[in-house]
Amino acid sequence: MTGESLLSVRGLEAWYGRAHILAGVDLEVRPGEVLALMGRNGAGKSTTLKAIMGLVAQRRGTIRFAGHDLTGLPTHRIARLGVGYVPEDRRVFTDLTVRENLEVGRQPPRPGVPAWTPERLCDLFPNLAELRGRRGGHMSGGEQQMLTLARTLMGNPALLLLDEPSEGLAPRIVQQMAAAVRTLKAQGLSVLLSEQNLAFAGAVADRAVVIEKGCSRWTGSMAALAEDEAARRAWLAL
Amino acid sequence: MDFYFVQFLSGLATAATLFLVSSGLTVIFGVTRIVNFAHGSFYMLGAYVAWSLVERWGDTPPGFWGGVLLAAVTVGVLGAVMEVVLLRRLYRSPELFQLLATFGVVLIVQDAASWLWGPEDLLGRRAPLLRGSVEVLGQPFPLYDLMLIVLGPLVLVALLLLFHRTRWGTLVRAATRDREMTAALGVDQAKLFTSVLFLGSALAGLGGALQVPREAVNLHMDMAMVVEAFVVVVVGGMGSLPGAFVASLLIGQLQAFGILVFPQITLVLVFLFMAVVLVLRPYGLFGRPEEGPPAGEAPGPPLRPDGPRAATVSLVLLAALAAVPLVAGDYALIVLTEVVILALLASSLHLLTGLGGLVSFGHAAWFGLGAYGAALLVRDAGAPMLPALAAAPLVAGLGALVAGWFCVRRSGLYFAMLTLAFAQIVWSVTFQWYAVTGGDNGILGVWPADWASSKAVYYELTLLLAGGTLWLLRRAAFAPFGYALRAGRDSALRAEAVGIDVRHRQWMAFTLAGACAGLAGGLYAFAHGSVFPTLMAVPVSVDALVMVLLGGLRTLAGPAAGAALFHGLETEAMRLTDYWRLVLGLVIVVLVLAFPQGVVGFARSLWDRRRGGNGSAAEPVA
Repeated sequence: MTGESLLSVRGLEAWYGRAHILAGVDLEVRPGEVLALMGRNGAGKSTTLKAIMGLVAQRRGTIRFAGHDLTGLPTHRIARLGVGYVPEDRRVFTDLTVRENLEVGRQPPRPGVPAWTPERLCDLFPNLAELRGRRGGHMSGGEQQMLTLARTLMGNPALLLLDEPSEGLAPRIVQQMAAAVRTLKAQGLSVLLSEQNLAFAGAVADRAVVIEKGCSRWTGSMAALAEDEAARRAWLAL
Repeated sequence: MDFYFVQFLSGLATAATLFLVSSGLTVIFGVTRIVNFAHGSFYMLGAYVAWSLVERWGDTPPGFWGGVLLAAVTVGVLGAVMEVVLLRRLYRSPELFQLLATFGVVLIVQDAASWLWGPEDLLGRRAPLLRGSVEVLGQPFPLYDLMLIVLGPLVLVALLLLFHRTRWGTLVRAATRDREMTAALGVDQAKLFTSVLFLGSALAGLGGALQVPREAVNLHMDMAMVVEAFVVVVVGGMGSLPGAFVASLLIGQLQAFGILVFPQITLVLVFLFMAVVLVLRPYGLFGRPEEGPPAGEAPGPPLRPDGPRAATVSLVLLAALAAVPLVAGDYALIVLTEVVILALLASSLHLLTGLGGLVSFGHAAWFGLGAYGAALLVRDAGAPMLPALAAAPLVAGLGALVAGWFCVRRSGLYFAMLTLAFAQIVWSVTFQWYAVTGGDNGILGVWPADWASSKAVYYELTLLLAGGTLWLLRRAAFAPFGYALRAGRDSALRAEAVGIDVRHRQWMAFTLAGACAGLAGGLYAFAHGSVFPTLMAVPVSVDALVMVLLGGLRTLAGPAAGAALFHGLETEAMRLTDYWRLVLGLVIVVLVLAFPQGVVGFARSLWDRRRGGNGSAAEPVA
């Protein structure tokens, strides 16, 4: 294990077929922190999260999580080690009710951490409580986003990978998401989120890694990024 | 009236068996997305295993029912073994390869069953306590069938409870919708899929085992059942249990009453029904469209037009083939003539499957129509050979024009099932219309004209016609028509957006492919001097697909090479052993396992790996 980091990614490369998407991503998530992975559209943010999760077949580099080497593991083993993945396009199971969606995510509790239950999740996302019997396909986008996060929490992860949590959501829902992320952080969860929205990242993240064309370019605290106008213009501005 | 009610009841009994088997098929398809041809084989194995057990213990009720259940469990275990050994390695392979693999299993099971139980029909014991019949409205009705009628809905309820009231069922339904997401939530798909294969196969086995007291167990049960089960699954909507139940009831009744109303065309009715349902309700009665495109293969590298070197190679090869009669005897020429004909058949299918991306399960229909068209002209109109040969592609092309209009309205598996439906309709008409086609006696005496009666001359004629047609097909692939077809395959939406009428091109391709297959059929009829309904049966369609796949989808020369390889293998295996199906099946399975992306795809991934990506870093996830 490298020092105090929970997740450590070194020299991560990934391909889709022949397309070389990631050419060298380095990042570290420390226990209890929220790290924002920032970059423009197509920079490789989503692919980085998918590669960590084992959802990209062709990848190279080292990915270590809590003392485990994730590189050769199948997706479900990575999830069971305590990495929770919330995809960008939500992907709720539309045929299943809210309750059943949560059931799919359920995994045994992790020692030393209070286990998530549907009841606790309904405290975190009050909307879900009223919708328990509703089918995933009959929910609004914001409700689906809450459900996706709740479903992943049912696996009691130690690290959350959040792919573009604010994308395509109404401002009110974005605020709820930010509040939820802060609550989770306060409970000791570590979060790696990919984000284009500087305001959202600024509201929740401690540090940021900026990537461009599949390589990490800048690492530092959120406050430093807010001050470094040159960096923002070079890698984030449209 | 009373008679009709009893007929209705016997339709219900048929439906119960049909439901048991097709519920297993629909569950397996829902989760794995694999078109499992071996499902019928598991049904047959269930019957054979139950026959053996019931012979031993079946004189007491516990013995009989214990035997039936043990047979179902045994078959379930075999299904699980197939998942672990074979299917698990193929979830990321092209759809067609999965199909091919399960067809390999069909062949293996065929010969294994024949070896273990012999080729004779086996009559089983009747079920103890259920031997007699009861009076229903004054008509006798078998007690055993009454039990089946009750069993069907019970199994439906049990399955629905299993899928909606247990964690396992919830996971299965989640994986049916989104396998990748399910894995990302920590669900071990491998275990889930193995258990689904166990359940699905056990249901097939149970269906087979319950048939033992009703009918003789034989080696033809597998194909007959798998085709019917597919019809049920497609009519009900793929992956839907209530759909499979309703479809089973409808088809059971169709069969019970069809035989009263249209005794001549009972076989057609079921397929006609499926065609009508699919045209009216594209996803079956209870089915829904897929969410998002299925995880298809990435488009392969584009076809390369021939350079001068390839043209030279083709000409040299043709010249060499034309020179064979100088050195070879009649037997070699007969085999070679067949290879050339099959190469034409496979290439015509490749136009649809390789270039158009449309998988046809019924290409044999056009092969058979061509053969019968030529044979009928010779027998009934006294036509000479050449006009009869010329008529073959016309007859087949006309048939394909009509069927194609319906088929191209659907895509993917539904297209495949529609082609199967049309092929089965053509086959059953041929089989049952004794007055014209002679039924399974076929048509004999379709010999070549005097000038072409030597094996060598007929071989050269075949080579000339087939070679010319292949050249035309090649031209078509590189004509705007071919480009449009390939554009429609890779992205129908984008092709439409640039102004290509994709459906129309597919329709024309269907017709052209049918016509070319018809010519192959005509040539085949004269090569053998006879035609039989088996020419248009399912196995021929599958053989054609196997040839295309062996050669590879992404090359134009592949299908011809695949035809030669396949026919060579089959002929050799038949010569060497009685268990040639077993050999062929094993070869197919080994090939599929060795090259899960297809022979050509294998070469490509080797190439990719050398270019940089670490291809083996992660387990398959799709």
